[in-house]
Formats: sequence, structure tokens, C-alpha cells
Amino acid sequence: MKIASDSQRFALFREEAKSAWLELIQGNRPLICTGMSTCGMSAEAANSKKAMEEELREKGIDARSMNVGCLGLCYAEPLVYIKIPGKPMICYGNITPEIAPNFINEVFATGKTSTTSATFTTYAVSAASSRSGSSSEFLRERCLGTLDLPEMEKMDSLEDPALPSIWEHPMIKPQIRIALRNCGIIDPECVEHYIARGGYTALEKALGMPPEKVIEEVKASGLRGRGGAGFPTGMKWEFCRRSPGNEKYLICNADEGDPGAFMDRSILEGDPHAVIEGMLIAAHAMGSTEGFIYCRAEYPLALKRLDIALQQARDLGLLGENILGTGMNFDVSIKDGAGAFVCGEETALMASIEGRRGMPRARPPFPANAGLWGKPTNINNVETLSNLSSIINQGGNWYSKFGIGRSRGTKTLSLAGSVRRAGLIEVPLGMTLREVIYGIGGGIPGDKACKAILTGGPSGGCLPAEFLDLPVDYESLMEKGSIMGSGSMIVVDEDTCIVDTARFFLSFTQSESCGKCTPCRIGTRQMLSALEKICQGRGETTDIARLEKLANTVRSGSLCGLGAGAPNPVLTTLKYFRREYDAHILEKRCPSMVCKDLIRYYIDEQKCHGCGLCKDSCPVGAISGEKKAAHVIDGNACIKCGACLDACPDKFKAVAKGAAQCVY
Amino acid sequence: MKNKAAKEATEDEVQEILKGFPSGKGATIPLLQKVQAENGYISAEAVREVADFLELPESEVYGIATFYSEFKLIKPGRHHIKICMGTSCYLGGGKELLDHLSRELEILPGRTTEDGEFSLETVACLGCCSKSPVMSVDGRIFGGVSLSSADNILAHLD
Repeated sequence: MKIASDSQRFALFREEAKSAWLELIQGNRPLICTGMSTCGMSAEAANSKKAMEEELREKGIDARSMNVGCLGLCYAEPLVYIKIPGKPMICYGNITPEIAPNFINEVFATGKTSTTSATFTTYAVSAASSRSGSSSEFLRERCLGTLDLPEMEKMDSLEDPALPSIWEHPMIKPQIRIALRNCGIIDPECVEHYIARGGYTALEKALGMPPEKVIEEVKASGLRGRGGAGFPTGMKWEFCRRSPGNEKYLICNADEGDPGAFMDRSILEGDPHAVIEGMLIAAHAMGSTEGFIYCRAEYPLALKRLDIALQQARDLGLLGENILGTGMNFDVSIKDGAGAFVCGEETALMASIEGRRGMPRARPPFPANAGLWGKPTNINNVETLSNLSSIINQGGNWYSKFGIGRSRGTKTLSLAGSVRRAGLIEVPLGMTLREVIYGIGGGIPGDKACKAILTGGPSGGCLPAEFLDLPVDYESLMEKGSIMGSGSMIVVDEDTCIVDTARFFLSFTQSESCGKCTPCRIGTRQMLSALEKICQGRGETTDIARLEKLANTVRSGSLCGLGAGAPNPVLTTLKYFRREYDAHILEKRCPSMVCKDLIRYYIDEQKCHGCGLCKDSCPVGAISGEKKAAHVIDGNACIKCGACLDACPDKFKAVAKGAAQCVY
Repeated sequence: MKNKAAKEATEDEVQEILKGFPSGKGATIPLLQKVQAENGYISAEAVREVADFLELPESEVYGIATFYSEFKLIKPGRHHIKICMGTSCYLGGGKELLDHLSRELEILPGRTTEDGEFSLETVACLGCCSKSPVMSVDGRIFGGVSLSSADNILAHLD
């Protein structure tokens, strides 16, 4: 008997995976998918899943259950998709554990249920038609749309009016999902799903191409490092390829330390094989035989799913020796980061893998020439890598069609803060901030005004609302003093104090400064203490000039991006929000009522019903008052913790914040 | 007193961890991570033994253990609380939450209560920015936590 070659065996596996996938998503058993990434878990998705499964068991409904990653509609977590035979897959949001049993009841309607799938199909269809195909109000309210995939049969939902497609949802429609193509669709712990949806075809294609040609394709795509620096990926690969030596390392940077960014986590949790395939393509292009994924320990679920994915890839002969019979050798191991923001910087990251304190060093030599253990090394970010298979499959020119100017392709953005629809999105570069925040994000809750947009995290900047029409691309953001960074985008409204925000960022960079460069180590501390002073109402007019001077010294006198970027939040807020600094310094007033030393809590006696909840919540006993009579806060005893504000029922809203009457 | 558990954990797993490192030096962080996984924290004795094992100065191992925020040098409580201090959580009330729990538990962030029941720390970002403020208790993540719901979560731990 002829022994099938590795590639033939893999082709067979793909065919089997495809039919298993199709059977799963449109077979004759109902399918229930739950969004089980960390954001879903924080909304108790695991409990929702349990409650749904219990209800199904009780009802005797034989349904399959599947975990998926994050679709990006984090504001509507927990997300659940239901596929009933004969009907399209429907995506529902906010399926909390409390409503999960009722939800299952509604979905499977009333009447007799059957345990066998064959009769169930007939039942489902007849049930649907007997109810004129319309869902209950309960389901309509929670329905986000039908989740149709290209490989699925087109199906009418039998609903009247017809359910919209999830791809027409205002949060999803403007997106171009390349890096996130599988997130929230496949089971991340199931390699068959990835392969069924075209996974590893790009690897097969790349392995048939000379490495130089692969690099050419990536150069043509215009792809730039998505971790923050934005260096052209193809060029970086070329440096490493040309560097002499047989031993070359490839590192995937998954040390997503930027507070406010969660795209790497979502990709690793939702589609880990996309990253592994990207690494394989990069390894082929550069001639690397060993790879590392440096992932932060704060992402246990991502680490677990990566570990599973790596083992699956090894079992399929996609990692290890003689990959797919082509003679290529490459394997990947995971390095748990131990928690240091500075390790996002390439040279610090390598120092950490080598087992030392993660401190950056001067360049040159660049990692492409002398990196990990002195060998040529290439470092790419998670998102950069997960774009590669699409670039190889569809061509660099296809990818470069998206974007603007020198910023080609798409970028994932983690949209959070004061925005109606927070979540993870992927948009073509060049989309304006307004389209992102008001179009995709749905604007600011409570119709408050957008005050500023924080882009690029603690090394980024704070852009005022007047720049809402600024395109989101590397160059435009930098021109205004901010950066793209890893793509975190936090919207703040009028209730956020800009000076306090700058102080927060500085406190982060100050504590994360590795201490190697004096301007960063001491400069950030001095800047932080100046900002603290201002927030406490002890600021002096000379502090502004001092902050500016310090900022410029820190920026120019630091080796790495942490120090160079640390002053950005201060410089941009000074430039665009000078009035807020002045209010703190000259008037000893915090216009947003945030800075504790400049505010006081009081109870509006007209509104207070004397329910006593605030009194019970006060940790220092500063509130007095008889039942059903207006309460009073003793300003001298109050520690301004905000517990009373939290406790006061929304229907009264009697506790309020006002300007403190203290004068320093 | 010699920390026997740490020593045993180190010796058993050291060979496995050392594999794949060109020199023994790269093993410091994975070794410390193993010790912490076994013991819950890194004691002064553990630092000494890891240093002995790797033939490194104790100061260097201590330097590494204090550089990375993951390493705990104080024994954590039976329940470990992490408050997310990412930008979104900070702006969404994470600081108030931290201050509240710090006051309720009568410990500063980074410390453990005297009875060893609770420890409290901050974390740079848990990556659930759309659910702010977020806290994790014994690895379980809670989103949209108010001061009163935090009390409720802690009251219902075993």
C-alpha cells in the first residue's frame, strides 16, 4: 500500500474538518455557541452556559454546545448564538445567567419537545411556521442579528419582519475583519474549525514560494508593526533574512501591557492558530527554526488556548521537523511574561526571555543582527502575525487596498471608556475618530459631550473632541502629538478630569520605568509629583513650565519607547486642555469634580428622603440624620470615598459633589 | 529555616525547565515562576536556594524577583483579590473600588490580612476594558463591580 505523503494526509484532514464543520453549523442538531473569552467570562458567560445546558437537559433537548471567542461586541456580553436546524444562526446579546433558562424556553418555543434530532428538525420547522415565524418580544429585544457565514446555506429566518444580519449591525458593518476573521466564530480550542475555514492554506502556499517572494508580498501589503512602533514588517524580515547565521529566532510579542488594550488577548483567546500560522510564514521567510511566544501571565486563558493550539499543530505535523514534508523545521515555545510593561520593548523583551531583568539596551546592534542570545532575531506583534495568512492568500496588493497614505490595511482598536458600544473592532486605517466613536461605538452614553480621546495608552496622547474628524492612522495621530500604539482608544466625557488622567498615566509609567535611564527614572517621578500637587490644589503657576521642561528632558534622554512616550499624555493635555490645568492651579477647582482634595460631597435636602442607605454605607460614620428626614454629611469627618453616592438610590439622586471650599 | 518544599519543587522541575536554554541563566524567571506556583509566593529562602542552584549571586535573583510585578514576596491570602487599574477601569471607578476594599480589609494593596484570609493587589490591565471596573478574585473575573457588589462578592466566598 502506498504511504500517503504528509501533505496528502493533511489534505485529507482538511476535507474531514470541512465536513465536520458544516455538519456542526448546519446539521440536524441544534447548536448553542457561547462567547467564552475573558470579557465574556467577566459578564458571567460561564454561568449562563451552565444555566442554558441545565434547561436543555431538563427539556430533553439534544443540542450541541460550543465555546467561541470574542466577536468584539463586548458591551452586549454574554453573547449566545443559536442555530436551530432549518433556521439561520441567530446572535443574541446580554444573555445573563438569570435569564438564560427563560431564553432557552423562548428559543425552543412551547409545546412538545423531542429528544431525537430527526423529529426535532420537523418539530422546529413546524413550530416556527405555526407561530407565523415571529420571535417573542423577549427574543427580539436581545437579538443582534443573524450570523450567516459564506460557507453556510442561505436561509430565510421565516421572521416577520425579517431579522437583520449581524454583518449589518452598526458596530460591525463599517469593519473590515482580517486579523479578527475567525474571532467569535470558531471554537478556539478546535483546530478543525480553523482548518475548515481555510486555515493553514496560506502556509502551504508560502512554503511553495521562495522566501524572498514571501517577503516581497508582505512588503507590497504595506503591513506595519501593529504593536505600536509601526515599522514596515517586510523590511524588518528582510534585515533578519539577510543577517548571516543559521540560527535565527522568531519572537511573537504577546506582552500586551498597555492598560486599555485587549486585541492581542482577544486574538489569542479567539483564534490562536492564526498567530501560529503567521509565525510559520514568518519563519519560512526568514529561515528561522525556533520561535517563542512571550505572553503576559495576566492572560491565563490566552496562555491555555495557545498551549492547546501549539500541541494540535505539532500533532498535525505543522510544527516540529519536516513540516508538511517540505523539510522545514520550526517549533514554538511559550514564555510566560512575569509582568513588566517595559518588556513590550524589543530589547527588554529579549533580556526577559534570557532570564534577566527586562531592561532595554541601546541599538545598534539591532535584534535583526544580534538579538536573543546574540543571534539574529525578529520580533512581531500578535496582530501583525495574524494578518499574514490573509496577505499570503489574497496577495499584498489586496491588503494594501485598505488604508490611507503610508498606513495600509486594517487596525484593530479596543474601544472603551465612555462609549455606548464598547468592544474590539477592526477598521481600515484612515477611518475618522468620529466614525469610530459615533458610528461604530454609538456615541457617548447619556448624550454627554465627548471631551477627549485617549489613543495609544500611557505613551500616547489625549486628543480633544475638536479632532473628531482626524483619520486614525499612524501619521495623523503622531502629527497631533499622540500615537497609534497598540490601538487602545478610550473615550472620555465631561465627567473625567484631564489633569487626573495625565496623573494616572504618569503614575503608571513612573512605576513601570525600569530605572536604567536617569531622565526616565527621576524625570517621571518629578513629573508625577508635580501633577499630584496640581490635583491636590497645591499647584503653582511655575509648575506648568517645569512640567514642560521635564517632559522634553525625559523624552529626549531615554533609550526606549517607554521613556520617550511617557511625557506624551502630559504634553498633549497641556497643549489642548491648558484651561483645566489653570482651573486647578489658579482657582483650586476641578471642573469635572474628580480630584478629591478639590471637591466635597453633600446631600441635597430637597431630594433626600431619609432612607438611610448612605448613612449605612459610610465607613467613617460621617453621615447623620433621622429616618425620613434629610441627612447631612459632616465635611470634616468625610473621607470622600464616594460610598454614599454609590448607595443613594437613582430615584432620589440626593448625594452630589460640589466644589470644596478649602483654600490652600 | 530551610524551605524544603521550595527546594524539592526546584530540584524536581529544574531539569525539565532547563531544557531549551543555551545557558542555565535563562532559567531564573521560569524557576521563580515554578516556585511561586508551588508555594504561592517567593520567600527569602526560596530566593537563596534558586540562587544557589543556578550559581548566581543572591542579589541578582532578588533583583529579578523584585523587578517583575508577577512575583509576590509576601505570602498571599487564602483569597487573592486583584483590582484592575487599566485606564478604562481607573476612569470607571477602579480607584474607588481599591480604596474601598483596602479600607474594608484594613490592608494596603500588596499586603495580606493578618488572619491570612485576603490579599489585595492591583494589576495593570486584565483586558476586559469594556466591563470596567473589573476585579479578579481567585482567578475569577467580575465586571462592572460597584462598591456594594464587591462586598457582596467577598461575603459569598467559601
